[in-house]
Amino acid sequence: MTQHLLSILIWLPIMGGAALIAIGDNKDAASSRAGLMRIAALAVSVATFLISIALYAGFDNAATGMQFVEKEPWVASLNVFYSLGVDGISTPLILLTTFITPLVVIAGWDTIKNRPAQYFAAFLILEGLMIGVFSALDALLFYVFWESMLIPMFLIIGIWGGARRVYATLKFFLYTFLGSVLMLVAFIYLYGQTGGFDLFGFVDAPLTLTAQKFIFIAFLLAFAVKVPMWPVHTWLPDAHVEAPTGGSVILAAIMLKMGGYGFVRLSLPIVPDGSEYFAGMMIALSLIAVVYIGFVALMQKDMKKLIAYSSIAHMGFVTLGFFILWSVSGNAGAGLGMSGGMVQMISHGLISGAMFLCVGVLYDRMHSREIADYGGVANTMPVFAAFMVLFAMANAGLPGTSGFVGEFMVIIASFKANFWYAFLAASTLILGAAYTLWMVKRVIYGEVANANVAALTDLNTREFIVLAILAVSVLLVGLWPAPLVDMMNVTIEQLIEQVGQSKL
Amino acid sequence: MYDYYLIIVLAPLAAAIIAGLAGKKIGRVGAHWVTIAGVGTACVLSLLVLRNMFWGGAAAENISVYTWAVTDGLHMEVGFLVDRLTALMMCVVTFVSLMVHIYTIGYMHEDPGYQRFFSYISLFTFAMLMLVMANNFLQLFFGWEAVGLVSYLLIGFWFKRETAIFANLKAFLVNRVGDFGFILGIAGVVTFTGSLDYAEVFASADQVATQSIEIFPGMPWNAMTVICILLFIGAMGKSAQAPLHVWLPDSMEGPTPISALIHAATMVTAGIFMVARMSPLFELSTTALGFVIIIGSITAFFMGLLGIVQNDIKRVVAYSTLSQLGYMTVALGASAYSAAIFHLMTHAFFKALLFLAAGSVIIAMHHEQDIRKMGGIKKYMPITYWTALVGSLALIGFPGSSGFFSKDLLIEAVKESHWHHGTTLGDQMTYWIAYLSVLLGVFVTALYSFRMFFLVFHGEERMDAETKSHLHETPPVVTVPLIMLAIPSAIIGWFTVGPVLFGSYFGDAIVVAKSHDVIGDMSSGWHGSLGLLEHAVMTPVFWLAASGVFTAWFLYLKRPDIPATIKNKLSVAYTVLENKFYFDDLWISGFAGGGRAIGRFLWQKGDQMLIDDMLVNGTARTVGRLAGAIRQIQTGYLYTYAFAMFIGLAALLGWLIWLR
Repeated sequence: MTQHLLSILIWLPIMGGAALIAIGDNKDAASSRAGLMRIAALAVSVATFLISIALYAGFDNAATGMQFVEKEPWVASLNVFYSLGVDGISTPLILLTTFITPLVVIAGWDTIKNRPAQYFAAFLILEGLMIGVFSALDALLFYVFWESMLIPMFLIIGIWGGARRVYATLKFFLYTFLGSVLMLVAFIYLYGQTGGFDLFGFVDAPLTLTAQKFIFIAFLLAFAVKVPMWPVHTWLPDAHVEAPTGGSVILAAIMLKMGGYGFVRLSLPIVPDGSEYFAGMMIALSLIAVVYIGFVALMQKDMKKLIAYSSIAHMGFVTLGFFILWSVSGNAGAGLGMSGGMVQMISHGLISGAMFLCVGVLYDRMHSREIADYGGVANTMPVFAAFMVLFAMANAGLPGTSGFVGEFMVIIASFKANFWYAFLAASTLILGAAYTLWMVKRVIYGEVANANVAALTDLNTREFIVLAILAVSVLLVGLWPAPLVDMMNVTIEQLIEQVGQSKL
Repeated sequence: MYDYYLIIVLAPLAAAIIAGLAGKKIGRVGAHWVTIAGVGTACVLSLLVLRNMFWGGAAAENISVYTWAVTDGLHMEVGFLVDRLTALMMCVVTFVSLMVHIYTIGYMHEDPGYQRFFSYISLFTFAMLMLVMANNFLQLFFGWEAVGLVSYLLIGFWFKRETAIFANLKAFLVNRVGDFGFILGIAGVVTFTGSLDYAEVFASADQVATQSIEIFPGMPWNAMTVICILLFIGAMGKSAQAPLHVWLPDSMEGPTPISALIHAATMVTAGIFMVARMSPLFELSTTALGFVIIIGSITAFFMGLLGIVQNDIKRVVAYSTLSQLGYMTVALGASAYSAAIFHLMTHAFFKALLFLAAGSVIIAMHHEQDIRKMGGIKKYMPITYWTALVGSLALIGFPGSSGFFSKDLLIEAVKESHWHHGTTLGDQMTYWIAYLSVLLGVFVTALYSFRMFFLVFHGEERMDAETKSHLHETPPVVTVPLIMLAIPSAIIGWFTVGPVLFGSYFGDAIVVAKSHDVIGDMSSGWHGSLGLLEHAVMTPVFWLAASGVFTAWFLYLKRPDIPATIKNKLSVAYTVLENKFYFDDLWISGFAGGGRAIGRFLWQKGDQMLIDDMLVNGTARTVGRLAGAIRQIQTGYLYTYAFAMFIGLAALLGWLIWLR
């Protein structure tokens, strides 16, 4: 089984999703058939998660290069391969994907009234495609997974979304699609240079600085939109606001990570000189994301928008950690920044997922995301309030939660690069706390604001389980990040060495 | 001893988790027993550790507990450094915490959030112990922020009150401003030493002091100065030094037991402890020490002045805490670290006592906190009265009390410090600012302390009849902790001043440069506690304190009509004090308001107008318009297409024929 482990992880949920669509045409969410569909969806997602534990167990932290490699010819005439493999960068992200998906299935259990089978199917298919992106080693395969990922998400927002879902889906689709088309152009150019789509072939290909600059820009548009980086971020708040809770969770927890993953998997090793050339700009954009977006988040009136903006600010740490590579040398420098960025991605996956679930819990009861409609929720939902405060603190980067780990590493590394980088990055300590806790103050604390809040009921078992699992993992990563960091160390060292070798 | 340390830290944590998660199951009694047991265990073991250090001659221990993460050559560990400084802090923290736990049984008696409260204060004890026992900057920062978290939760304990949830947000954010500097300081430490471990960092401190960093191009600053000032900004937040002090008075919105524990005795002294712990670094930067002493002086004197105009019993004590923290900071800046820690210890006892006594009065007065509505309570509450008197006398440094030894010697240390012996004008100015602040502060301290004392316990009974009829002494769970705290407040100075201040108690835990060693110089003239006491009446400190008490007596008992007259005569000064030097306005309207304005601008003008309207939707509109224009060509009539084809063909042919 181990030699096809990645294929199983990709295709099991996709097949499961396809099967759900094929048999689950019942529109009535209360029917026994719909109930069966839910259980089937949960079973598939949990099975995928359990299989991914085998990936974790079998993963060798000390090994260099790719593991669990699979390679079969796909389109022989074009030299395209069905080529999979994982290393210390992709494995944690795959585990994050398989971990979050069952939670999303549980979270949507009885809140999705319309076409539940198709809803769960979309998430299962999406899961497989995302794992595909994280494990593809062939550029064309990568591109196929990358683009097809948009379809289920497009449907999730477009069908189960809120009132302005059409505007949001179109914006989401066009933004991300336009970005990634140029990536395809870059792939085709690289195909012309190397005669194949193998990512390692791309990495080894000699490229002129001009070519590298163009390729970097092409990649940048694809990845920056996904991350999202300022100024191509405005699709995210709209998409989040309109997406159903589960869609928001997957979007924030995993899909945004595609951008960060793209930078480390493609941009840095394939065009190291091009990346170095643009590193200053990337740092600047990252810091703008942290500071500018931090201020914007402060003034949001809609909880989901606030968390969406907070996601952008937190993802700024990821790109900052990656691109200070060239400004730091010696111990506790480039590797620390890179690890910090990676840990931040995993941590943000957990925290933003949890925050969106929290908003979902409130939205299911009150059908409002407006901060002004709430107040004093702690009076009627004390257990929920405890979770919300915990996740808010994690979002504000409190030590002991996962939110601190990555930010701490990146701030330290960036001080080495330049005092002002660290100064601006560390402003998140104030801004992050300000926008998150101000929201907590207005939503959770205070006297019961109105009759609707007074009528709220506390978490049910299903919601409790989901939030408790996330709470434990947020604390675990915060108190003992070593297992996660150890998984990435060797790969990151290798990557830094690779990036250090100029292609010119 | 490793097992001891683990138990000391984990017992309060376990208790907090049990009381927090299983609060309903174990009930109110269960919650207070489990947490008292946890903290009690920690307290007893801490005392044992101190005993082993002090009498048993046990050496300092530096132990790693587990590896948090290792990456890129940077080891991030969780571990304990237990030396004599740590042992002393552990005892102070656990003892005061234990007293506060017991007291809480009485104070929170009727509160529905009883279990939650016990869970929080036990969690606080855990966090504070992690802070003082850390052997590296990572764990220090963990404890630092964790105590901030619990402080946030406890200030907002009564989360229905708008003032409480305003105060806790304010406290957290102002502390985060300090932490912002603190984390940059830690990043600086890693940048220049490549380590987070205290021992390694201290070992390479000399080498750091020779390097420089250009924060502004062309202006190289000493790396150690930059690091120390950044670290001290953290201390300014946590230990509420001006201008980051604004959160502490508001934190009085929390229940009184935590005002005693967190906002007087322990958490707010974390900054003082941290600077003392970092003495090997601060000693290498005179500039940073100058910064420290000036900030401390400003806090010590000006925050004391504010205490005089406050009418809320807890706020008077809060401003007194600010002022006393300023004293400790001044001592740090004068390189008299042991004097700062000694004052920290005595202050922990008498200030916790004063807060708990204030709380006792508040219980008896049915949660009335305005001292103008009190008076003559002495005869109703004798135990509270006498213990409060002990606390107040210790606070003003009455000869023989614990505060006398710590404050007298602190002021003496400032007087003898290297700033005084310095030759430059800057040194002299620093010296005079510091010395005058702490000296005049003595008068101010005595004035506000006894103004409150007289207004509460003596004079006319100004409360309403209803309250008066219920006025009686509080139950033993309240008065026993008062007595337990009054004992050390009264006498602990006697037998600790010799060893702690002048002996070699701290050993290697505190490092002082030879030229700064004021305490070492003073120890040659030290002739025991009694000797100091004999000379007490000859010092200006004594007479300033005495005149402060006399002034308070004259103004508030003898001639209570005068204060109003003074208020009218000095209305400008009074308004300034009433508005707390306008610091609150600076923070709330200035920074918080400014931040919101920036946020609104960037959101509406940047994101919505520029990016979304003009670029994104603008592009979409342009494409739409273009498409609309081009659509006109597609008329659907064959002749239009034929005409277009003809024109195209003609153009192509023309190009082929004539232009090629």
